[in-house]
Amino acid sequence: MLLEVKDLQISYGNKITVDSASFSLEKGEILSIVGESGSGKTTVIRALMGCLPGNGHVSSGDILFEGCSVVNNTADDWRKMCGEEMSMIFQDSGNMINPIRKVGQQFTDYIMAHKPQTSKNDAYKMAVTMLADVRLPNPDNIMNSYPFELSGGMRQRVGIAMAMVFHPKILLADEPTSALDVTTQAQIIRQIVDVRNEFNAAVIIVTHNLGVASYMSNKIIVMKNGHIVESGSREEVIGKPQHSYTKELLAAVPVVGGKRYYE
Amino acid sequence: MNKFKQQSSALPPVILEIKNLTKKFTVEGGRQLTACDNVSLCAYAGQTLGIIGESGCGKSTLVRTVLQIHLATSGEVIFEGQDLLQAKGEKARQNRRKIQMVFQDPTAAFNPKMKVKNILCEPLKNFGLLKDSEVDAKACELLRMVELPEDFKDRYPHNMSGGQRQRLGIARALSLEPKIVVCDEATSALDVSVQEKICELLVRLQKEKGITYLFICHDLGLVDLMSHQLAVMYLGNVVELLEKGRISQHAKHPYTKALLQAVFKVDFKPGEKIQPIEGEVPSPLDIPQGCPFQSRCEKCQEYCRREKPILRQIEAGHWVACHFIEW
Ligand SMILES: Nc1ncnc2c1ncn2[C@@H]1O[C@H](COP(=O)(O)OP(=O)(O)OP(=O)(O)O)[C@@H](O)[C@H]1O
Ligand SMILES: Nc1ncnc2c1ncn2[C@@H]1O[C@H](COP(=O)(O)OP(=O)(O)O)[C@@H](O)[C@H]1O
Ligand code: SF4
Ligand SMILES: [Mg+2]
Ligand SMILES: [Mg+2]
Repeated sequence: MLLEVKDLQISYGNKITVDSASFSLEKGEILSIVGESGSGKTTVIRALMGCLPGNGHVSSGDILFEGCSVVNNTADDWRKMCGEEMSMIFQDSGNMINPIRKVGQQFTDYIMAHKPQTSKNDAYKMAVTMLADVRLPNPDNIMNSYPFELSGGMRQRVGIAMAMVFHPKILLADEPTSALDVTTQAQIIRQIVDVRNEFNAAVIIVTHNLGVASYMSNKIIVMKNGHIVESGSREEVIGKPQHSYTKELLAAVPVVGGKRYYE
Repeated sequence: MNKFKQQSSALPPVILEIKNLTKKFTVEGGRQLTACDNVSLCAYAGQTLGIIGESGCGKSTLVRTVLQIHLATSGEVIFEGQDLLQAKGEKARQNRRKIQMVFQDPTAAFNPKMKVKNILCEPLKNFGLLKDSEVDAKACELLRMVELPEDFKDRYPHNMSGGQRQRLGIARALSLEPKIVVCDEATSALDVSVQEKICELLVRLQKEKGITYLFICHDLGLVDLMSHQLAVMYLGNVVELLEKGRISQHAKHPYTKALLQAVFKVDFKPGEKIQPIEGEVPSPLDIPQGCPFQSRCEKCQEYCRREKPILRQIEAGHWVACHFIEW
């Protein structure tokens, strides 16, 4: 078992936000988390990375990574794990990277911050290889660009390249395609699946798009109001939903050519 | 008579006419970034004009230029017989009242230290249309309109869910009784169930009050279900304009068709593959000569690289900007 989450409770201050969350993940599996806005999806995956914002903390339960509990990790332990054991991409990775520094500088700095023994030259080569790996054309050009010169899809690929450079075992993705149009979304989803195949990494993806969840996942978790209300294989959750909230979500997916709102 | 007014069925009057609107930003090094390239569109009274396109294609810039948040580089925006972009002073202020905006993340637009009732009534007070003593009653009325409990008036916005805050954003935008409401990715941050309820609310209010919506969204399914007219944008250009319900069967532009092929369906069969188009959108800093879609278009010919296709009508209510339309 790569990751095991047992009866996890997460609180901001003394307010419980997520309660009794349990799930597990094997190598190479893709798990989607779908559900209500504000139900705690981001909170869960941030807890897995030890990067809850503000006064967020795990208030009970356990997270086991390769059999070892990580809930009592020190900041230093997390720093070592982030990027190398697991890493994260966001809705707009382009916003995460500094807008006024070139992609290349940021990428090589990131590599050298994690692996100080790496020479600048080697870091540059690693970065270019990774950019080519995520199908970015002219990686040297990309290295020499400012983030705002890249499209949303390209920035998201840069985000994936940075996240995967140390071949982490888990890639966490928080709504990685919510800002993209459907063609770019399809490219990025395919890229994430490729990353899974190439590095045998496990993936946890938070998405509001049930089509995306249905397309790529082995397992799906449905969250509502801080609780996991349903979880199972893709076939179970999409094909034979049990909980009324799962059914409600599936029924609300807008379909091209479907029933119009104003008729 | 503007050619864009020709439509198949009898239509309500045009309320907003965007004519050849261009917006260029000057960025670092003095280079020009073309965010909106000669866009012409009409919105009809009481209807929804949907605008779809990928992040960075210029949707927000278009509506922000219409709202005069950005200064237009060239073009006109005709509203009630006058060019909005030329209006000054008190006239411009009154126009702003009639065209309101609902944002993707209303939290960013709300002052976290203000109670809900003050957030809701702030625009009315700014226009001198409401006395302090009337705030509570007005707040209750607005909350009822968007189906929120009246006792929310004394809450703070951070104690509310995303869907509830989005309802507040709508109530606030509608408080001034605008003729046009711009929804810029107003439901993108919400789950599909809450999104559905917000859309039903928008449609109910449209029917009751005859509001016109400019509905920006990158979810093809949603924008199709909401719109009477649908504009597809690519790299600052409108490449196709269709009437409601036509996109799934009658789209003609290669980009629109590519969009349709890339939609993830919940009930896809295992092993079924999606077909994303390859390549990247060119940078708006150096827009190619000729067709904006050339670098990703399978049908691209030499001619497409030289001549930019103009938006032309191919049937009633259906406009396409492509040299090689297949029938
Ligand atoms: N820094 C914080 N301090 C206090 N409460 C927070 C903080 N961040 C999030 N919350 C609260 O925790 C709950 C869960 O939020 P979270 O961001 O995990 O939801 P989500 O499922 O990711 O929602 P969305 O679909 O809108 O992204 C919400 O009620 C939110 O208001
Ligand atoms: N204030 C600005 N200064 C410079 N460039 C901008 C500004 N606002 C938007 N842009 C650029 O204009 C283009 C269109 O952006 P935008 O209208 O926000 O697209 P959309 O809303 O379709 O995602 C993008 O390339 C964006 O980077
Ligand atoms: S004009 Fe040419 S390049 Fe442009 S969409 Fe049509 S066929 Fe493709
Ligand atoms: Mg979230
Ligand atoms: Mg935008």
